[in-house]
Amino acid sequence: MTVLLAAVLLLVAAAGTAVVLVRDPVNQAIMASFFGLLLGLAFLVLQAPDVALSQITVGAVALPLMILLALAKVRRSRR
Amino acid sequence: MTPVIRRRAFVPAAAVVGGLLVWGATGLPPVGVYRGPYGLVLNQVAVAERHATNVVAAVTFDYRGIDTMGEEFILFAAVIGVAILLRAMRGEAEHEPQEAVRGRRVPGTSNAVRVVGLALLGPIVLFGIYVVAHGHLTPGGGFQGGVVLATGALLVYLSGEYVTLRRVQPEHSIDLGEALGAGGYVVVGLFGLVAGGAFLANALPLGTAGTLLSAGTIPVINLAVGLEVAAGFTLLLSEFLEQTLVLGPGRSGR
Repeated sequence: MTVLLAAVLLLVAAAGTAVVLVRDPVNQAIMASFFGLLLGLAFLVLQAPDVALSQITVGAVALPLMILLALAKVRRSRR
Repeated sequence: MTPVIRRRAFVPAAAVVGGLLVWGATGLPPVGVYRGPYGLVLNQVAVAERHATNVVAAVTFDYRGIDTMGEEFILFAAVIGVAILLRAMRGEAEHEPQEAVRGRRVPGTSNAVRVVGLALLGPIVLFGIYVVAHGHLTPGGGFQGGVVLATGALLVYLSGEYVTLRRVQPEHSIDLGEALGAGGYVVVGLFGLVAGGAFLANALPLGTAGTLLSAGTIPVINLAVGLEVAAGFTLLLSEFLEQTLVLGPGRSGR
């Protein structure tokens, strides 16, 4: 249990760092989605399935989607 | 501010924040140790009192139902705010959706995406309804299920065209769902006031714990929240898509 939690937390930390290090906004949105999924996994390991579900739906789906759509709009209006 | 000054300002600030973080972390209880009495009490009494096997749902939609009502209206206000911000502004005109503009080649949706998207649509909608309907029994509920339902609209867009999405999600019924979901929560609360003596009092028959029709008003509120969230997120999605694909500088401005 502790090993599993430590592994998941390390993955979350790595993914969070990767979100910051990736500089292209589109890649960043995809990375943020991956980070959201891992964070959901961490909540699941911590036995909070309700929070995990919310985290996955919002952090891995809704938020990156809004970022991608906003980016698409910005790119289109620049053209 | 030059980079040098910025760095000089950053180092002490980071040291202070870092120090406070370490100091705070040393006072935290060990992982897995829960010190609050409230949760322990609820774990003992919630199933017996409310016949809801998901104690989290009993807390969010019953014991602390008024908090959740506030949260629901935060989302409601946020969706309305986005809809107002992204409305068609003066000097903007609706174009043909990008896919239909002549002279511009948009890479077509690949058949693989189309097939996977359409194959997933049914299961996703069913899963969303399942998560909403079983909120009082298993993890999940109106919020999570609502977002899952809204991703159905995204799948329609991904596997078809924007035009198809417009056809399958009439704007009026989405607005109606959003309003009914938000208002439905308050109506359940008022029902509790009339029938149970307090706002949001759980005044419906509680049924047998563990069955679909149990826990009184909790599944009803879940349904209202599910409707509100699904409609809200679908509205957000279509507003953003409309901004991206249809609206642009007006023709006169070109």
